[in-house]
Amino acid sequence: MSLFNVFQVSSSAMTAQSMRLNAVASNLANADSIVSADGKPYRAKQVVFEATPMGSDGDLSKGVRVRQVVEDASPARMVYDPKNAAADEKGYVAYSNVNVVEEMTNMISASRSYQTNVEVMNTAKTMMLRTLTIGQG
Amino acid sequence: MASLSQELSVYSQAMNLRTQRHQLLASNIANADTPGYKARDFSFEKAMQNAMAGSNGGSIALATTSGTHLQGSGMSGAATLQYRTETQSAVDGNTVDMDVERSQISENAIQYQIVSQLISDTFKGMRTALSSTSS
Repeated sequence: MSLFNVFQVSSSAMTAQSMRLNAVASNLANADSIVSADGKPYRAKQVVFEATPMGSDGDLSKGVRVRQVVEDASPARMVYDPKNAAADEKGYVAYSNVNVVEEMTNMISASRSYQTNVEVMNTAKTMMLRTLTIGQG
Repeated sequence: MASLSQELSVYSQAMNLRTQRHQLLASNIANADTPGYKARDFSFEKAMQNAMAGSNGGSIALATTSGTHLQGSGMSGAATLQYRTETQSAVDGNTVDMDVERSQISENAIQYQIVSQLISDTFKGMRTALSSTSS
């Protein structure tokens, strides 16, 4: 029953989208962070998706997996604040390079994609249940 | 009884192809945010014609040139995958159009249910015929 592959494909997409949502959450939480664990300003994290063959039908069904998590290379946001303890000799503080607007749109896109995949899964479920009723009544 | 099994083989072939198409469309939707992914689909009509031509020819098995070759079912060979022509290009090279995919997957699901209804009706017809002779 190759319809089971649809469940695998959709759930892989849901996992990938929730990882993306996770990255968005940590980016938004650290939007105003000055230092991260390594002592440098926090850098926004982005997930990179990749299509991967899934299930028994090889080429026919392709799922998604997160290939890697990359760090945003854009420069840190410099804010003039000489009173801050973390300010450099010119009085600038390096904040994280998180673009809040970008992260919000990312969040909406991820949740919509997640919902669509849930819907696809439900459709497959309806089809399978319908198949089970063949010959009844 | 040949006609019943013949009729059912048409339906089961259609169901198989609908299932395959559903997998393909689900993959397209799953990869809607994957950079460089190209949306794929196949023409159900053409695949069905291919499958029927194959089954009318007597055999849909793959040709083997050696006794050690495995016998493929040849079922999935009926459908030739094609890339979808994109309407709006994305910067990341992804060609999945969510509106198209969603409408196609709904259509495919309905068609699948139609086929399953037809199979049910065939059996129902048989049952009616059997009960009318026994009474």
